[in-house]
Amino acid sequence: MSPTDGESPDDSETTTDREPTPQGDREDRALDAIAGNDDAIDPETVTGVDRSVTGGERESGSPAISGHDHTGRAPAVGDATDGSPAVRSDGGEGSDGARTSSELRSDGGTRSEGNVSEFEQMADVTLSKNERRRQWFDEKILAPARIVWDDWRARFGLVVVTVYLFMGLVGPRLVAAPSPNQGPRLLGAFRTLEYPFGTTASGVDILSQLVYATPAMLLMITAGAVFTVALGTATGTLAGYKGGRVDSVLMTITDVMMTIPGLPLTIVLAAVLEIEGNPIVIGVLITINAWAGLARAIRSQVLTLRDAEYVEASRIMGIGTPKIIASDIVPNLMPYITMNFVRQARAVIFGAVGLYFLGVLPYNSNNWGVMMNAAVNRAGATSSPAAFHWLLVPMVTIIVLALGLTLLAQGADRVFNPRVRARHAKTVESDDDGDEEGGTGGTTTAATGGL
Amino acid sequence: MKYFVKRLGQSVFTIFAVVSFSFALIRLLPGGPMDYLRAQIMEQGGSSLSPEAINRRIEAQSGINPDEPVYLQYVDYMVGLVQGDLGQSVWYGDPVTSIIGPAIPWTVFLTASALFLAFTVGVSLGALMAYKEGSKFDVGSTGVGLVLNSTPGYVVALLLVAYLGYRYNVFPTGGRYNSAIDPGFTLPFLRSVLYHGAMPIASMAIVGFGGWALSMRGNSIRVLGEDYLRVARLRGLSTRRIALRYVARNAILPMYTGLMIAIGTVFGGAVIIENIFAYPGVGFYLVKSISARDYPLMMGGFILITVAMVIGITIADLTYGWLDPRAKGGASRESY
Repeated sequence: MSPTDGESPDDSETTTDREPTPQGDREDRALDAIAGNDDAIDPETVTGVDRSVTGGERESGSPAISGHDHTGRAPAVGDATDGSPAVRSDGGEGSDGARTSSELRSDGGTRSEGNVSEFEQMADVTLSKNERRRQWFDEKILAPARIVWDDWRARFGLVVVTVYLFMGLVGPRLVAAPSPNQGPRLLGAFRTLEYPFGTTASGVDILSQLVYATPAMLLMITAGAVFTVALGTATGTLAGYKGGRVDSVLMTITDVMMTIPGLPLTIVLAAVLEIEGNPIVIGVLITINAWAGLARAIRSQVLTLRDAEYVEASRIMGIGTPKIIASDIVPNLMPYITMNFVRQARAVIFGAVGLYFLGVLPYNSNNWGVMMNAAVNRAGATSSPAAFHWLLVPMVTIIVLALGLTLLAQGADRVFNPRVRARHAKTVESDDDGDEEGGTGGTTTAATGGL
Repeated sequence: MKYFVKRLGQSVFTIFAVVSFSFALIRLLPGGPMDYLRAQIMEQGGSSLSPEAINRRIEAQSGINPDEPVYLQYVDYMVGLVQGDLGQSVWYGDPVTSIIGPAIPWTVFLTASALFLAFTVGVSLGALMAYKEGSKFDVGSTGVGLVLNSTPGYVVALLLVAYLGYRYNVFPTGGRYNSAIDPGFTLPFLRSVLYHGAMPIASMAIVGFGGWALSMRGNSIRVLGEDYLRVARLRGLSTRRIALRYVARNAILPMYTGLMIAIGTVFGGAVIIENIFAYPGVGFYLVKSISARDYPLMMGGFILITVAMVIGITIADLTYGWLDPRAKGGASRESY
C-alpha cells in the first residue's frame, strides 16, 4: 500500500478544526500537517521566512504556507474554506519546510511589522542547541514510539520482541546454565516453580535450555533478515531504476534464484560446504535465495517511481544513480522494506527450527529446533504424553515470536505514514512548556484516524 | 506466442543453471563429495582395489569420471542427466532415478493438493470476510488467520501426529498407502492413498489458508471501493455477476504472483512434513541421503525437486497471461 493513497481529511481536521483565534496558535495547528518532514534541520542554513503575509492579507484570507516534504509523500492539503491557513507540501528535496514551521511558530506575534522583501528577511528567532536536540529526539524517536504504542497490534508485537530480546541479552545471566540432572527427569510443565517448563529426559531444565538458545537464534534471525533485505533491495532498486540491459540481466539471475526451492538448497549447501554451526552463517544460508522474491517485488514498485518528477529532476541535475536510488527511491519503499525485514525474520525462524528439527544443520549450541528434535527422537514426544511438554514448549516459543513479529510489521507500517507521525510529534504542535496538552491532542486524533 | 517461447526458454535455462551448479558443488569443492565418495569406496573394497577400479566405481555412482579433464567430466555429466542417469545411490545401491523417480508423484500429490486446498478455502473465506467487514465473524477470522499465518507447518504436523495419530488413532502416522492393498486404479487403493495423505496435506493447508484469506480480504475491500463497481451496480448487473466477474476476479489476480512464491515455500516445507509423517516422497529421501552421506542420491533429489518446481512455476506463469490479458512483457522501457 502506498502511503499516498490515504485520504487527507485527517489533516484538514487538524488544520481547520479551530476557530481563527490568536494567530500564533492558528499557524501551529496548520503546521502540524507538515511535520512529517522531520529531516535533519540545520538552522544555520535557513535564512528566509515567508514574509508575504502582512496584516492586511491575513484578514482577508488564508496565508499559504508551503513546506517541502522531503520524501515527496503525503500531500497534506489544508481545507481553506473557513479561512484557516492552507498548508501545501510539495514533493521535493530540502528541509526548510520544517524550519519554516518552527520559525513561524516562535515569531507569530511580531510579523505584522515585517515589510521587508521576502528574500531579505532573516529569521529573528533561533533555537538553542538544547531545544534543537529535544525537537529532534521528539520527532525521530518519541513520535514513532507513540504511534507504535497507540496500536494494540504493534504494542503486542513490541512487547513480545522486547521480551525475546531481554531473554537473549540478559536471560543467560539470570538463569542457571542447562546441565544434565538439574532436576527430576521428565517433569511436566507448570508443576513446580523451580522448573516452570518442566525438564527433559535427562533432567535438564527446559526453561534454561530455552533461554540459553535465544542469543544464537536472535543472531541467526538478524543475519538472515539483514542479508535478504540488503541484497533484495539493492538488486530490485538497481534493476527497476536502470532498466534496459542491467534490468534483464539482474532479473534473469533473480528468476533463476527464485525457482530453486529454498530449504532443499539450504540442506544441500549445508551438507556439501561442511560449514561450522556459526549462527550468522546459518542465518544467511537459510535465506540464501529469499532475496530474489524481494528483489522482484521491489523492482515492480520502483517501476512506478522511476518516472516521478522529483526523480526526473535529480536525473536532469546529473546526480549519480547510487545517490538517486539512496535518497529518492529507497525512502519511498521504506515501509515495504521494513515489512519484508520482519517477514524474513519470521521465515528464518521457521526454516532454521525446521531444519534443526530434521537434524540436517550443524550446530554448536543448543537451540529450539534441536530441542524439538531431541524431544521426538529421544523421548518419542509425539507418542508419549509424558514427554509432550518437551516438544510443546519450543513450539509455543516459536509461534509467539512469529506472531509478535507479524503484528509488529503491521504496526510499523504506520510509523512511516507522515500524517500519522505528524499527529504524534509534540514539538511542532505545542509550545515549549505546554507539552502535555499537545501530546494528548495528538494521540486522540491518531486513535480515530487510523490507516 | 513469443512470450510463451521466451518463458519456456527461461525455464530450461534455470534447470541448466541448477544442474551446472550442482556439478560445481560435487566436483570442484576440495574435500567435498568426490573425496568423500572415494574414501567410502576404499573403505568398502579395502586396499585390494586398484586406482582404476576405484575411479570406475566413482564414475558408476556419481556419473563423473575423475580421470578426465573437468570440461569433459561436465559434458559427460550433462549428457548422462539428459538421458535420465542421475548416478547410483551409495546407500541403497540402486540407480538414483529408480529411487527418486517413483517418489516424485507422491510429493507433487501432497503439495498440489495442499496448495489447492489452502488457496480455495482461503480465497472463499477472505471474500466472505470482506463482505462482512467489521462483523464479529470478520474480526474473529482475522485473528485466527494471523495466528495460523505465524505457525510453521511442521508444528501443526507434530500436533496432528501426536493427537490424531498416536493418541486417538484416527489417521495412520506413516506410509503412502496400506501395503496390503495392491497399487492400482481401484477404489480401495485411492481411499487408502487419501487416508494416508490426509494429515500431511492438512498440516500444509492449515497454515497456508490464513495468509490467503487475509490478502483476499484486503484486496476485496479495496476492489469494493472502486468506482467501476458502483457503475456496475448502477447498471443493474446481478449481484452474482458483480461478485464473481468484478470483485473476485480483480481481487484474485494480484494474488496469483504470490502463488508462484508459495509453490516454492510448499515444496520446501514438504521436505520437513514428509519426514515427520515418514512419507516416502522426494524430501524424505533427500534427508535420508544427508544422514547417510549419500551424495549421488542427495544431488539427484535436489535436481528433481528443482525440476518439479520449475515446471510448476512455469505453468503458473504462463496461465497468468491467459487470466489477465493486461499482463504483457514490459521490457520496452527507457533505460537510464
